[in-house]
Amino acid sequence: MHVEVRGLNKKFGEFHAVKNVDFSIAKGQLIGLLGPSGGGKTSILRMLAGLETPDSGDILFHGKRVNDLPPQERGIGFVFQNYALFKHMTVEGNIAFGLEVKKWPKSRIKERVAELVELTGLSGFEKRYPHQLSGGQRQRVAFARALAPEPQLLLLDEPFAAIDAKIRQELRSWLREMIDRLGITSIFVTHDQDEAIEVADEIMIISKGNLEQKGTPWEIYKNPQTPFVASFIGESTIVEDVSSLRGFEDARAWPGTKGLIRPEYVEIGKPEEFQILSATETGRVKHLQFRGSEWLVELEVGSTRLVTYRSLEKEVLHPGDEIQVLVHRAYLFNDNDSWIMENKLKEDRMYVEI
Amino acid sequence: MRRLWIGLTFLVFALLLGAPVVRIAMGAWDEGWRGFANGLTRPEAVHALAMTGLIVAAVTVINTFFGVIFSMYLVRAAWLGPRLKKLLNSIVDLPFAVSPVIGGLMIVLLLGPDSALGGLLGAAGIKIVYALPGMILATLFVTFPLVIREVMPVLQEIGTQQEEAASMLGAYGWTTFRRVTWPQIRWSVVYGVVLTVARSLGEFGAVLVVSGNILFKTQTATTLVYQDVENFSLTSANAVALVLAAGSVALLLLMEWAKSRQKHV
Repeated sequence: MHVEVRGLNKKFGEFHAVKNVDFSIAKGQLIGLLGPSGGGKTSILRMLAGLETPDSGDILFHGKRVNDLPPQERGIGFVFQNYALFKHMTVEGNIAFGLEVKKWPKSRIKERVAELVELTGLSGFEKRYPHQLSGGQRQRVAFARALAPEPQLLLLDEPFAAIDAKIRQELRSWLREMIDRLGITSIFVTHDQDEAIEVADEIMIISKGNLEQKGTPWEIYKNPQTPFVASFIGESTIVEDVSSLRGFEDARAWPGTKGLIRPEYVEIGKPEEFQILSATETGRVKHLQFRGSEWLVELEVGSTRLVTYRSLEKEVLHPGDEIQVLVHRAYLFNDNDSWIMENKLKEDRMYVEI
Repeated sequence: MRRLWIGLTFLVFALLLGAPVVRIAMGAWDEGWRGFANGLTRPEAVHALAMTGLIVAAVTVINTFFGVIFSMYLVRAAWLGPRLKKLLNSIVDLPFAVSPVIGGLMIVLLLGPDSALGGLLGAAGIKIVYALPGMILATLFVTFPLVIREVMPVLQEIGTQQEEAASMLGAYGWTTFRRVTWPQIRWSVVYGVVLTVARSLGEFGAVLVVSGNILFKTQTATTLVYQDVENFSLTSANAVALVLAAGSVALLLLMEWAKSRQKHV
């Protein structure tokens, strides 16, 4: 289903939960609504479902305005955060509910339930009650129940929040696979960026009721359009005075501009490990932390603190070691503008080499 | 030491609960089966028990129906402001705080023959006070919180998500209530109903004030027992009291059963 939203607004009393949100979603895409808790993601989802009424703005499915359509008539599957399974019904009963309400013939209901039980790998659990299932199984029942009446749009509210970390990983790929196979347009809400990046075709970043940016995970990582997006996606440290770093002296031309530097923008090593030594400067290792597959290195360059990762294959560093630091790029921003600045010395040198 | 405490507790309970029941049973039988049967088959006893039965039936039906509706609105209705909800919520407990006699008096003051409203209704030929409607009203007042207090916490606990899930699956209000909400609150409703029956069976103060205790007209089982005691016909009083006590014990057992079912869902 093609979904379009124009100028969506929602207030809860004094609290402006959703501010003028516009977007459109192509058929068959899997979209992640990502943002901090309380940012308005769930409100947007609930308005799409018809569980909440927008104060202003239009919601269009297939180009038709559905604002005045009750949730019962929207043809949407909804997976709730805590699944909201009917506690007094078995797995079968839960899945069949929507079909019984829609007065499908008995034989077709039986067929469809069997099909979904098979699809979600719940065979053998049909007669169980929700309290007899594990978290992952409950989630799959909720998924099957939402899919049973063949909806054209699937909405998932924090679908993995209530599941422990290990199974969450499994379920994520399972869900991705399932949605790919069914080709159903889906929108899910999450506050976990790894989840959004891993699962979604496109991410919409929502903060304080605003849609900050919409794009593929790679686009958003590579080209953040607002400081919020830049700091929310990936890891980063904010540097107050970027112009003090070697290669970024030009930043002095924009007073009040701060820099955001990701660990992967920073390269460290002994002098012989660099090809363009002139672009590096000397820093000092402040602190080391073993992260299982690599070292997290905190360092100090002048008065600036930076964070980076270092491979376990390389020579082991110690706090207090002097080390060469190369900052490849920084994401600069001030109150009006934001842009990415590459290390000038690195570029100059490459130009000369060519 | 521990044995002493346990023994003492048993003794207190035996004196408080056991002895009166045994005494009533013995009293009912002190003239043999004949006395017991006479006490119950007197025309005034038959009438009083019928009155009590009528009141219990009417109160239970009304109280259950409106109790469930009231709880639904108090928990679910978004259009009631939180302040109004709080106010209504405390009003529900009013009958717990107010003595039943005062409750009965309020009805007499509001709807009695000397009040404006009562006079108006009286002129139209409708008698409320010193008649069955007033007695039902008084019992309703006393039992009003019972169903609501049982159902509301359960409604709050199950939350709105399952109902929302049902609406996303295409179910409208009535279907959602019948298939999703009701199965989860029914044992609480049963529990509330049992409490209501027990309470209205034994109600005395409010009914006494409102009914005027008129023989063959507005006398209930409890007010009859009261009158029998006043008239020193203890055997008859004990016979009726024993029937009421047996009813209460049966309800108690039913209540335990409902409670165990409540936990299952």
